[in-house]
Amino acid sequence: MSASWRRRSKEDLARRVAQDMFDGAYVNLGIGMPTLVANHLPPGLEIVLHSENGILGMGPAPAQGDEDFDLINAGKQPVTLLPGGAFFHHADSFAMMRGGHLDICVLGAFQVSATGDLANWSTGEAGAIPAVGGAMDLAIGAKQTWVMMDLLTRQGHSKIVERCSYPLTGIACVKRVYTDLATFECTSTGLRLVDAVEGLGLQDLETMLGLPIAPPPLS
Amino acid sequence: MIDKTAASVAEALAGTPDGATVLIGGFGTAGIPTELIDGLIEQGARDLTIVNNNAGNGDTGLAALLQAGRVRKIVCSFPRQADSQVFDALYRSGRIELELVPQGNLAERLRAAGAGIGAFFSPTGYGTELAAGKETRMIDGRPHVLEYPIRGDLALIKAERGDRWGNLVYRKAARNFGPVMATAAKRTVASVHEVVALGAIDPESVVTPGIHVHCVVRVPRVATQAGGFKAATGSPA
Repeated sequence: MSASWRRRSKEDLARRVAQDMFDGAYVNLGIGMPTLVANHLPPGLEIVLHSENGILGMGPAPAQGDEDFDLINAGKQPVTLLPGGAFFHHADSFAMMRGGHLDICVLGAFQVSATGDLANWSTGEAGAIPAVGGAMDLAIGAKQTWVMMDLLTRQGHSKIVERCSYPLTGIACVKRVYTDLATFECTSTGLRLVDAVEGLGLQDLETMLGLPIAPPPLS
Repeated sequence: MIDKTAASVAEALAGTPDGATVLIGGFGTAGIPTELIDGLIEQGARDLTIVNNNAGNGDTGLAALLQAGRVRKIVCSFPRQADSQVFDALYRSGRIELELVPQGNLAERLRAAGAGIGAFFSPTGYGTELAAGKETRMIDGRPHVLEYPIRGDLALIKAERGDRWGNLVYRKAARNFGPVMATAAKRTVASVHEVVALGAIDPESVVTPGIHVHCVVRVPRVATQAGGFKAATGSPA
């Protein structure tokens, strides 16, 4: 593609996601790219990070040498606890999630459908050993589930699709998709554009995705 | 007089029968009852069903129990990891059965067992292959899947401190599955780093009340290394 636009870098994308967080939000950041969002939370806001292994008020990684084997995040990496943080057991942690007490959950994805179905736990490859972890609980648990991913595969195929071909993680659970090229909202009637990188128009995106996209609401 | 302390891991695990369902706590490097798993290997029970979040890392602990051919089935949420080669080989050659359960459903199924709940409807997994063949129901306009409790014959958990009545407190994120697994098994064995006098644990801070614990065994504090990051040297504070 002879692009006249520039992709958001991973850091820019993390910054874009963080920009939509709000003061007092309880947030779970999934393993992988979503973890980067923690580095870009708007200063001055108090945002409480949840880790499904039983932490609220999770802080940044410790200095080298200060790692504590009993204080790790869901990705099993060492973290710290902020003043006001709390520990709790797994059933309470997932009750927090399933019970709709978390405001936002940010997840990576293989595919998202226009109506918000999510596929992010298995490629369905024959012979692969399946592993799901908390993916299915996270997908349906928070008040808002956001996805953060590149819009296109390395082969140039859209990861936003009419129907997911990979095994589903949850149905109609994704509200927003933040990508390196544009931000979308998933609705029961299909995609709506939120924003796009400079130089990339609605029609370019419709061609790229092969899907109709409603324009952003007039502000 | 109640004294649930055991002099040794071997004493704590004596009599574990073949075919038992064993709940094992831990997540990543935190809360793995390594000494109790080693004790189970020593003890010799076979044909076990193991419930754990993962399916073993490296070649120690749960991976060693699998390697010893003692596990018939594993119930877990995340078997595949960079260093889960022991499970991977058994699974690929059809020598171990896997029941894959979303992590929150795993925790809640254990909780249900401990709380005497017959079954429950969960929205997690609806419409996915992990809910295939399960009963579903629309409740308040939202689809749910019927899930059944997971009961253990034995639970092996790691806590920080305990007393002779079995009251337990944990340390940081090492709490993870411990408190729910303690409630879900016929017999719960907890390893602790410190056994204290009755009353020394602030009753407001008891996390697992002793009614759920049948045996407390003290083990030395060592840094667990069975996780996904390089170990720092020395013991955690």
